[in-house]
Amino acid sequence: MNYDEILSQRIQEIKPSGIRRFFDILEEMKDAISLGIGEPDFVTPWHIRDAGIYSLEKGFTKYTGNAGMAELRREIAAYLNRRFDLQYDFASQIIVTVGGSEAIDLALRCLVNPGDEVIVPVPSFVCYGPLASMAGGTPVYLELKAENEFRLTPEQLRAAITPRTKALVLPFPSNPTGGIMERADLEAIAQVLRGTDIMVISDEIYAELTYGQRHVSMANLPDMYDRTIVVNGFSKSHAMTGWRMGYVCGPAPIVQQMLKLHQFGIMSAPTTSQYAAIEAMRNGDGDIEKMRDEYDGRRRYLVEGLRRIGLPCFEPKGAFYVFPDIRGTGLSSDDFCERFLMEEKVAVIAGSAFGPGGEGFVRCCYATSMRDIAEALTRMDNFLTNLKKKQAREG
Amino acid sequence: MKLLQLLEEDCTLTPEQLASMANMTVDEVKASIKRYEENKVILGYKAIVDWDRTDREAVTALIEVKVTPQRGEGFDRVAERIYQYDEVESVYLMSGAYDLTVIISGRTLKEVAQFVGERLSTLEDVTGTATHFILHKYKEKHLIFEKQESQPKEWIFS
Repeated sequence: MNYDEILSQRIQEIKPSGIRRFFDILEEMKDAISLGIGEPDFVTPWHIRDAGIYSLEKGFTKYTGNAGMAELRREIAAYLNRRFDLQYDFASQIIVTVGGSEAIDLALRCLVNPGDEVIVPVPSFVCYGPLASMAGGTPVYLELKAENEFRLTPEQLRAAITPRTKALVLPFPSNPTGGIMERADLEAIAQVLRGTDIMVISDEIYAELTYGQRHVSMANLPDMYDRTIVVNGFSKSHAMTGWRMGYVCGPAPIVQQMLKLHQFGIMSAPTTSQYAAIEAMRNGDGDIEKMRDEYDGRRRYLVEGLRRIGLPCFEPKGAFYVFPDIRGTGLSSDDFCERFLMEEKVAVIAGSAFGPGGEGFVRCCYATSMRDIAEALTRMDNFLTNLKKKQAREG
Repeated sequence: MKLLQLLEEDCTLTPEQLASMANMTVDEVKASIKRYEENKVILGYKAIVDWDRTDREAVTALIEVKVTPQRGEGFDRVAERIYQYDEVESVYLMSGAYDLTVIISGRTLKEVAQFVGERLSTLEDVTGTATHFILHKYKEKHLIFEKQESQPKEWIFS
């Protein structure tokens, strides 16, 4: 069988991530320290796990409504109102999805016509471009700049817009840079978008993890509510990655179309997870604060540590990543990561894995223990010192 | 307060780590700790040991003690006479059916029983004791004694 002939062209055109090879090395290396994985190191708080277990004990194992349990959607609406001043009608504007990723896929597939362009700022999480392509669209990558702390600027956006532009993905707070968009930054972007039919897909999965200020959603800005689809979820805020709980909110006519797709592709999000998520919404605000506080301390420690050993990095104000500049080492980010792993057994992720704008940087995740961060910094210092010596010898 | 919370959770953090976590300078951290130690806000630093994982025998008992409070001194004097013994780990003044909780650790059951019978109950202000031996410790100071299983690590690009 010649599967190349059989498989869809679109899927074949999507390049596999180069990161797999790196992970293969890691799997062999049992004692490596990892600042690599992008997920909370906390276990889901017990009261949330308990709610999931309780629902199983009661035998609540059937499908829920397609959009998710009404009770959960009500809680999500209340939560978004309470924490981010966002107003959504639980009945017509919210769908509970299988993680934030499904929500992004739904949004893209419901918006994109063949040939439509989707603007994707990079470096950013890797799913937007491939999902836009699978929806028949063309991703247009927009390289964010370190000197702007990886914020999207209105000039960059304006230059990227064409008559075919259908949507802008707004991935802030950012994985991998830790950059955020403050209200003024968003306002400048909104000014470019008002009066156009361009939709914003705002991936706010890290919204609870900002330091020093609260996250502002694009949907909060005047005239932007109607042109914004908000994607969020429980993975990062409540340390619930494995439960696969996300949600999408937006204008009812769009959300109702997304519901058709969700209904055929997914039926309904996992029932056990939905029961756990209700508990998270009702009694989980304290957990969020506690974890954020913990991340904040580690963030300061890692940033100070990296700067001390000579790797410049801007202060990341969101998510749980630091994105140091490694251009001074003369290595590509791929080489840097592989050599660092082989020589010192510490895993960080090459910035180039997150799109063209990430070359010259590496992603260090601080959602790991203080002890590991301290040890990783010591080894990073060794690595840089040895590298300099080697480079001096080689002249 | 933040600094104390951090130290209560893990007193092995370095001043540099504490400084980042508490958003203070290293000098401020050092000065604060010194002051806390001098003022007895920080009483000491100890490891929490699970002796069951070692060869050493250890027995802990919780003893309810009823006492007659003394005029002018209340419970303090008798509490002091009890806590001076090395065997006594903790002494708390309680509300309710009895007055003092005394936690004693010893090498053997006999040793603890002897202490209660010969030292504690013979104090003139002590009017009664009830000894409860601790059979198994599950959690102490937020630390769980049972080794917790963790999910096998799998690498995923997220």
